[in-house]
Parts: sequence; structure tokens; C-alpha cells
Amino acid sequence: MSAKLIPTGTQTAGPYLHIGLTRPEWADLTDAGKAKGDKIVLEGRVIDGDGTPLPDAIVEIWQANAAGKYEHPDDVQDKPLDPHFRGFGRSCTDKDGIYRFTTVKPGAVPGRGNTLQAPHIAVSIAARGLLHHLFTRVYFAGDSLNPSDPVLSSIDDPALQKTLVAESKGKANGAAVWHFDIVLQGKGETVFFDF
Amino acid sequence: MTEIREYNAERTGSQPSNDWPAYTSTIKRHPQREPVALRQTLTEITGPTFTSGWAGPDLVDLTKQHKGEPLGERMILAGRVLDEDGRPVPNTLVEIWQANAAGRYCHPNDQHAAPLDPNFTGRGQMVTNAKGEYRFLSIIPGAYPWRNTFNAWRAQHVHFSVFGPAFATRIITQMYFPGDPLLEFDPIYNSVPDEAARKRLISRYDPNLSEAEWALGYRFDVVLRGRHATPAGL
Ligand SMILES: [Fe+3]
Repeated sequence: MSAKLIPTGTQTAGPYLHIGLTRPEWADLTDAGKAKGDKIVLEGRVIDGDGTPLPDAIVEIWQANAAGKYEHPDDVQDKPLDPHFRGFGRSCTDKDGIYRFTTVKPGAVPGRGNTLQAPHIAVSIAARGLLHHLFTRVYFAGDSLNPSDPVLSSIDDPALQKTLVAESKGKANGAAVWHFDIVLQGKGETVFFDF
Repeated sequence: MTEIREYNAERTGSQPSNDWPAYTSTIKRHPQREPVALRQTLTEITGPTFTSGWAGPDLVDLTKQHKGEPLGERMILAGRVLDEDGRPVPNTLVEIWQANAAGRYCHPNDQHAAPLDPNFTGRGQMVTNAKGEYRFLSIIPGAYPWRNTFNAWRAQHVHFSVFGPAFATRIITQMYFPGDPLLEFDPIYNSVPDEAARKRLISRYDPNLSEAEWALGYRFDVVLRGRHATPAGL
């Protein structure tokens, strides 16, 4: 490989990220309820090493639609796109460190080789104090595909695996509520990925 | 079977570590465990596309968002989004935000004793064209003090958020100005380990981009991770 240019280094989003990145409308991925599939709310807190919630973090998500198809040219699967579902969301945490998305439960998507990945949502977190954004994934507790998911099952320690799994919190306004805290440091620290 | 053409691993030295105590906000916020290496899947090599205009109209003139003109030196800020092989990254969203000419952000948490400018918000966005180009008209942001250590000042900078073609290529960064004496003392700028990579964060004054009697011109190219030429062996 003979890449010519040095990639740009990341820098923190800083405390004033809201000026450039606030998009409240991007927290609803369902096009006001028109997207196909089971509606879910994904919410939780972003927490630092003291257990203090971050009021100045930005959480972004990327996921497949309910049929397990990404709206992207590199997804060549023979599955339907949903004109009301783009798959990208952004939520800035509030003063209590809470982020919240309204979306649909993603379908299963292929993994590497002939594997199948359990329904999951890719997450990126940026904030003051993070020089480089963090990547993690959200899985759904109790999903029958979780035990065979290649990424989830590659993490041997059950306590670490658990940091990637959202807990069901019942229903609100017809949507299943899933709770997923992102712990940046220390006790219960979330598993972050490098890829 | 899905073929996965992966994005390059981040090049050693080009990216900061979150464990960087010189920037004190990292101390309670950086993970203590090493990240888990994940082989890229369809999830990581895809990401939001911006061709359909859903990100809203471009906001390229930051000097025309209010009744009057903001104070400060006008600046044309232009450049390209490229990959490591120098290929342009078209149709991707670039978002910028910055302080005003006095070094004050239009943000409730910024209580620095410098004037707000009623004619300046400091937000811009643009989807790159087919050649990967972007272009904004703004004003040069001022330096500002921060409480990282006693008498610390941030080097003048513009914040950038860029997506690129995949979730794996997303970056948030900052652009700096050539010759700024504060760079040497700025722990955020100095968090990028490799000197050549650090200097990539500094824009270049371009007399050909400047417009006579009107605005200074600065060029800043954002380089995202490149991509393997062939699908990975599984
Ligand atoms: Fe700043």
C-alpha cells in the first residue's frame, strides 16, 4: 500500500459543539413515524469516570433498516430500502447527560464470511475531553441472534459483553424503550472498538 | 457472502490518544481499557450519504446570517476533502463552527469577557461538490482563554466535522492558522504525536484564494482514511 497523504488527526469537539452540530430533528430516524418496522426509543446517559453525566456530548448512530439493509451504495444485498428511513441519527446530551433517539429496530445484517450479525446499532461519541471520538455498538437484550453474533461473542468476559447490550424498559407511546448507558471510564466502562 | 473492502487502519502517529493529561478535560473522560479491535463489517464500511439534500441547504456565508456584517477580517476558507490516496471525497457533509473575531463563541456557556457580535453566529455547513471541494466565507476567529491551566489560551481555530463515505471515516477536528505563536503551547494541537501529521492541521495562506480589497484566503484540505484496493480475504 502506498498511501500518499497523511490523514487528518482528530481534535476534540470542545464545549461549544452545539453551535455547529445541534440537529434536534436528527434524533428521530423514523421520518415522523413513517419508517417501516418496530418503533423503538434508544436512550441513556453518557457518564465520566466520576459517575457524572456529560451535558456536552454528542452521540451519533448508524444502523440498517428493519429489513437489515443499509442505505449506502456498498450494501448490495437484495433487500428493500425504506424511503422513510436513512439510518443516521444524532443527539446531543441534555443537562442530565441523556441522549435519546426514536428509531426502528434494525434487521440482522451479514457479518464477515458467511456469518450473520445480530441486530445492532453502531455508535460514535464525541465531547469536550475526547481528542478522538469513540466507537461502540448497541445490541438488544434477549435477541435470539446475540449468542452467535461474531462481534459480541468475541468478547469473552460476560461483564464486558453486557456493556454492549441495551436493557428493555417496557413501552412508551407504542415504542419499545431500550436503555443504554455509555460509561467513558472506570467502573462499568463501556467496550469501545477500534476498526 | 458480502465482500468487505476495508478502510485503512489509522496511521501510527496521525491520531491523538484520549489519554492526554496535558488537556485536563481528558483525565476523567478517557477510557482506561484498550479498545477492542473489530474487523470491519458492512456496518463500518457504510455510513450516511448526503446526495439527496436531507442535511438541508448549504450555509456557506457566515457573514450574511444577520442584519449587519460581523466585525473582523473576512476570510475565504476553502479546500478539499480527500482520501489518503489523494482521491476527492464528493457529496459529503462538512460542518464548521468557530468563535467570533474577539474570540467569543455565540454559546451560553462561553462567559469569556470579550464582546459577542450580534452579526455572527459562527456556524456553517456544506456538502462537498464532485471534486470534493468546499468553500466558506467567514471572519478570522480570535484566540480565547480557557481554564486548562493558569493563563492558557487556545490557538485560533475553526472546528470541523466531516463524514466521508463510511462510518469508519467520520472525523471531528480543528483547523489552525499559519504562524500562530499559541500553537506551541496548545495541548490540543500538540496531542497529535507525529509532527508532519500535526502540521496537516494548519491551514495555508493562499494569495490566489484571497480577493483584492475584500477577503483573505486560507486553504485547508481534510484527508480521510483511504481504502484497500481489493476486498479482504476472510
Ligand atoms: Fe474552540
